[in-house]
Amino acid sequence: MKVSNSLWAEKLSGKLPEHLAREIDIFETEATLRKQGKLDERLFAETRLRRGIYGQRYDNGQRHDGRKVQEIAYPSGDLTKGPHTMWDAPGMQRIKIPGGGLNAKQLETLAELAEEYSDGIAHVTTRQDFQLHYIHIDDTPSLMRRLAAAGITTREACGNSVRNVTACPYAGVCPDEVFDVTPYSQALSKFLLGHPDCQNFGRKFKPSFSGCSQHACGLASMHDMGMIAVTRIENGKEKRGFETYVGGGLGAVPYQAKLFDTFVPPEELLPLAQAIARVFAARGEKKNRSRARIKFLIQDLGIEKFKELVLEERKNLPPDPRWSAYVKDAEQFHEAPLRPGGKTPLLGSESFQRWVKSNTRQQKQEGYVVVTIALPLGDITANQLRALADIARRFTKETIRSTVEQNIVLRWVSQSDLSDLHKALEAAGLGAPGAGTIVDVAACPGTDTCKLGISSSRGLAAVLRNRLAEKSFQLDESVQNLHIKISGCFNSCGQHHVADLGFYGVSRKMSGYAVPHFQVVLGGEWDHNGSSYGLPVIAIPSKNIPEVVTRLTDLYAANRKSGEIFKDFIKRTGKVELKKILEDLARPPADPSDRSFFSDWGDPREYSLSDMGIGECAGEVVSAVEFDLAAAERELFEAQVKWESGQVEEAGATAYKSMLRAAKALVKVETQNVTDDPGQIVREFRARYYDTQKFFDPFAGGKFANYLFAAHEKSNEPYTFDSTRYLIDEAQLFIDAAHSCYNRVGTPASA
Amino acid sequence: MENPRTQHFPQMQHVNVKLLVRNPEEVDLEPLIPVFHGWIQDQVGEGLLLDIADYRHVDAGPGVVLIGHEGNYSVDNTDNRLGVRYNRKAALDGSNQDRLKQAARAALIACQRLEADPRLAGRLRFNGQEIEIFVNDRLLAPNCDATREAFNSDFQMFFQNLFRGSEYSMSYGSDPRQLFTVSVKAAQPFRLADLLEKLG
Repeated sequence: MKVSNSLWAEKLSGKLPEHLAREIDIFETEATLRKQGKLDERLFAETRLRRGIYGQRYDNGQRHDGRKVQEIAYPSGDLTKGPHTMWDAPGMQRIKIPGGGLNAKQLETLAELAEEYSDGIAHVTTRQDFQLHYIHIDDTPSLMRRLAAAGITTREACGNSVRNVTACPYAGVCPDEVFDVTPYSQALSKFLLGHPDCQNFGRKFKPSFSGCSQHACGLASMHDMGMIAVTRIENGKEKRGFETYVGGGLGAVPYQAKLFDTFVPPEELLPLAQAIARVFAARGEKKNRSRARIKFLIQDLGIEKFKELVLEERKNLPPDPRWSAYVKDAEQFHEAPLRPGGKTPLLGSESFQRWVKSNTRQQKQEGYVVVTIALPLGDITANQLRALADIARRFTKETIRSTVEQNIVLRWVSQSDLSDLHKALEAAGLGAPGAGTIVDVAACPGTDTCKLGISSSRGLAAVLRNRLAEKSFQLDESVQNLHIKISGCFNSCGQHHVADLGFYGVSRKMSGYAVPHFQVVLGGEWDHNGSSYGLPVIAIPSKNIPEVVTRLTDLYAANRKSGEIFKDFIKRTGKVELKKILEDLARPPADPSDRSFFSDWGDPREYSLSDMGIGECAGEVVSAVEFDLAAAERELFEAQVKWESGQVEEAGATAYKSMLRAAKALVKVETQNVTDDPGQIVREFRARYYDTQKFFDPFAGGKFANYLFAAHEKSNEPYTFDSTRYLIDEAQLFIDAAHSCYNRVGTPASA
Repeated sequence: MENPRTQHFPQMQHVNVKLLVRNPEEVDLEPLIPVFHGWIQDQVGEGLLLDIADYRHVDAGPGVVLIGHEGNYSVDNTDNRLGVRYNRKAALDGSNQDRLKQAARAALIACQRLEADPRLAGRLRFNGQEIEIFVNDRLLAPNCDATREAFNSDFQMFFQNLFRGSEYSMSYGSDPRQLFTVSVKAAQPFRLADLLEKLG
């Protein structure tokens, strides 16, 4: 789109690393070939994804405008940049920021790109990346060249590759860390980028580093490969290493990572990652995307067998000098302050004192603090990025990092500068308090821009943020410290599983219309590297979620025992009681003329799934199906309660039964001739909904149906604690998908 | 489109025009969202209209943006100066005057529509005097003296015509990191219809 696109290569010639320049040239050529029809659309799609260029909602050329599905007549006509992805449709550019580390010049570059190619906003993600939205694919080579000139690559930001290597943003300054993981995360990131052993994965692979086990910052438990800093004494000397976990991940069904090794020394870190990559590439699922993450491979093999394979692979790796070349430098790595340390001013306005309390954190180095700049919904404007660059230069040696809470931190701020720094941030509109508190709601893009979004996670996050900010300082201290995280769908980009109050988008029918809902997920834990995952309790219409937050936080403030964390409070209260407290909010509005429930937060259009139109019938058969699906949900809830009380075997059987009930409900839309025989239900469901692809999710395909088939196949095997936990999650997703399928199918065929 | 390599620098492409509004503190941005959805439904305005981005939660940000293929419309609060903005994204043939006129016309018509929309309750109104123009491409138009010298006569010609019959003052942004920017204020207020008529 930009007239200057043909000029940037020349302008930046010699100013970007040669290998990056070459890669971008190749990508530009591939784009040209695609435009000429000489490159297959699927191949080009993977090519662009591996360079961080995603599709965005409505890029299939259709958008529900609130009245009808509108065909979007893009100027490039039928030209595509991937299957069902129109060339001219705006897309998203993800930008990898290893460990979240940034300097002032990079902030300025991001500002320029946000302004010139996007809509003036840069967005920080829950994995320390940046994203720019509404980007035209023709602009991406210039955008990538400008990033590369600032030392940033978008390579492997998406696609089946090693994604951004994340790290604790307080590494090196946190009083509780074992040692600074920064240089190790940088070394691994550099080593794996473009590595030949990482080019043949069936799905993505996400590594993460944490400096300690007690805080959340590195979230090692939910990563494909999570490293936690540890030390041990060898020959009388302290030796650094990493407690290493594998096979964690959120996604539709979350898995806790399993311990691979209690101590991996730094010189073994890179070859171990390489060996894991080789095993994943060789043995991981390739055809069925929904089983292709490494967590499934580890589950299928068992951690011991997986470890055996990795260690065998490790023995056979050809030696690489890079494995140990970085280690000495890593041990010496340190950042320095710009200004001498000091003391926090005792006086100051009330807003300053509040900000100091929530947005600053003592460093282990006396006289210095880390300052968190709380970004609403992870968004920052181009002018704010430039202002922040100035502030970083004025107060620090540009020691800036993005965080998984969608914020930015400035490290090495002298405490005596806090008042001036706060004034500078306030002038830039960046001085709001509340970082890391209940106000600091995290959300994925959801229906705003994501093709997979079901409900408006950002719309809900904005509403909750506004409402909570108004009363945040009247809230009980225990409530202030809670975390709210929202995903627009089951895929967990908003990390709802590890929140105190988690929400993910689903749809339900009310009065014959599709209504945006959120599943309320309770019982997760953010601390201890995201060590505990919550479970869904009940689906509530989007418009009632603020009331859910009010009820649950009020209940917690009133009834918590001294020192009781939210997760424990939820467990003590019990899901049955919690559901009772919320279930009136799940009902349709009392006033049938109230249409507000049928649209989502921040989007007045009548709600529609996937912009593919909805059936709007109502009648006896409809009511019967909805009734059956509701019964399936109730049954699943009972399974959860049983699982939590230790009745694992019964819980597993009940979860399986809930899936059968949902499947039967759909089968009954087409024929009443179905019994309670599981074999018959599954056969009929397969023939009528799977083989015909009627049950297929527009993006996940037959993934959720496969959960039913697997559960049926294993229904005679004993249920374990872990397998039941996964089955409960899978059953929830299956039932959610049954609702969606029913919404899509709408009017039943004749029996 | 002429090859940019063969053209002289700086070049005036990707022109943005922002019309500052009267009493910005009275303007509620929320009703804009259904209004802009209506524009997409009816595909009113210039170019293909696609989607809406809501940035009301960001301080001094882009506000509410109607994303288009050829250009975006927004009620933008950058620098805490609320205004109706048109951001031309697609390249345009013609002279600099043609490009200024296209962007100004798009912004003026958008503002007229917003002023007339009952859902905004008459609260959003052009102040009649203040316009900002940005050139949204740092390579074609860096914010420096050379660009100012090169574009000055074009801006003078454009505003002499637009604010015909009135004195006006013009100032350029000075931060080299910012987009090339010119802010113009007429000594007396103008009606949108009159300005559109002057654009021809």
